[in-house]
Amino acid sequence: MSGLIALVDCNNFYASCERLFDPTLRGKPVVVLSNNDGCAIARSNEAKALGIKMGDPWHLNRAAWRRQGVRVRSSNYTLYGDLSRRVMTVLGDFSPNVEVYSIDEAFLDLTGFEGREEAHARQLRSRVLAWTGIPVSVGIAKTKTLAKAANHHAKKNGACAGVFIIKSEEARLEILGRLQLTDIWGIGDRLAYRLKAMGIESPVALAEADAETIRKTFSVVLERTARELKGEPCQELELVNPPSKSICASRSFGAEQTAFVPVSEAVATFVARGSEKLRRQQLVAGTVSVFLETNTFKAVKQYHPWATVSLPVASADIRTLTTAAQNALRMIFKQGYRYKKAGVLLDDLSAAGCVQGDFWSEPDSPQSQALMRAMDRLNKVWGRGTVKTASCGTRETWRLRADLMSRRYTTRWDELLRVT
Amino acid sequence: MERMLVEVLCDLRAPLVAMSVPAGFPSPAEDYLDKPLDFNELIIANPAATFAVRVDGDSMIGAGIHPGDIAVVDRSLSAKDGRVVLALVDGAFALKRFRKRNGRVWLASENPQYPDLVISEDMTFEVWGCVRRCVRMLEP
Repeated sequence: MSGLIALVDCNNFYASCERLFDPTLRGKPVVVLSNNDGCAIARSNEAKALGIKMGDPWHLNRAAWRRQGVRVRSSNYTLYGDLSRRVMTVLGDFSPNVEVYSIDEAFLDLTGFEGREEAHARQLRSRVLAWTGIPVSVGIAKTKTLAKAANHHAKKNGACAGVFIIKSEEARLEILGRLQLTDIWGIGDRLAYRLKAMGIESPVALAEADAETIRKTFSVVLERTARELKGEPCQELELVNPPSKSICASRSFGAEQTAFVPVSEAVATFVARGSEKLRRQQLVAGTVSVFLETNTFKAVKQYHPWATVSLPVASADIRTLTTAAQNALRMIFKQGYRYKKAGVLLDDLSAAGCVQGDFWSEPDSPQSQALMRAMDRLNKVWGRGTVKTASCGTRETWRLRADLMSRRYTTRWDELLRVT
Repeated sequence: MERMLVEVLCDLRAPLVAMSVPAGFPSPAEDYLDKPLDFNELIIANPAATFAVRVDGDSMIGAGIHPGDIAVVDRSLSAKDGRVVLALVDGAFALKRFRKRNGRVWLASENPQYPDLVISEDMTFEVWGCVRRCVRMLEP
């Protein structure tokens, strides 16, 4: 790759999604809560200006936020996911090579746009905003790590109007000079602390550090970061998602659960979600694990068990996986605890086409595969949960709280925006 | 039964003609088979920019937009004099006809019971998107 790399990042993505359909949120501090209405996971600029931090718990700040006029929303991943897909579709018009890095970020290969990057990025930005309603910032540089840094600068600096390109050596040093170690992609508090202890206090110092020493003291990953900060591309765009190594589906419960049935219904629902992901990637699982957690934030009897069941033959059939998960759950479930969370891990994954049966057991039959395809298709067309196993139950007593959720404006006919 | 269900679900657009003749005369229509009509093609020009909204009022009845209809809003169309738009006026959505003449902008209703709304400098105003199609259910 000879051209530059752009990182496109949606500004305060979840808050922007909420604002698109609820204009009364514009100009107001907006906070989006994590699953189960736990803590702040997204903030509008106004909320950031009030000093609200990521992870601030809602139950401790409820009164204060109300006083400050903060508008709070439960996370609406259905809406965010749909708007993300739209943004990524538009980005596809601006580069043949797009790596969707997360729900709100993508790397674009700008090879072929040499010398026109700025105009291209500005057009991209205004089209994404016009078509999808989502404001984005664009950082452009020779490497992914520097593109991230450029994006950070574009966002923080109003004069950039959302686009910044690291064009020269001077610009690279100037931008890195303004950043902290923890602003750099892949560097968290602990790593920054260890680097500082070694005398590497800033991104510029890291870029100039001896790569060899960094690799020996830390890791190849950090060596790559250091080289990329210098302007040496070490990470290509990943255009095809690497297949999952394992699939985990887990959630906190809305209310703590003490009885077997609701927990078992939750586990069955997690199997449904996990196995759908499994089949989408044409994989089969060899083992099914189930885990339970009590509330670690409370002074109650703690119990965090884990059980794994190996399948005789790897499978993607929801019935086989649910039976295995129920068996695992029976091995670990004990009365007398207040369970806060459960989860299912599908592991030992392999490609669905290459499963060998043995003398006693057969791989998923063509009938099983057809049934799974029909179920996935029904759930895709008519919405998640249209067809499910009876083990999931119907009451969903474990279901998490999302009291302040906006409507699923873009995916449900009965939840459309109403206009006069 | 299971097999049939699977096939129907795999392609919700039922073909107008689908024949396979294991023995006997081949269909004379074979060479003339077309792709079935795709209603998405008819209604959605730009999927990434298209949003559906439910019409709640009767102010656009003269334009054939009735309460209960689904207005198909395309954000990639820009507002032009005469287009039906979903506008945001002082933070509230309004489905109206966009009018612009001699530097004056106003939103016209298509129902004599509602007055036109002239946009003045002290209002916040934005066109959210343009209404490109309108879908009405005559039967459930």
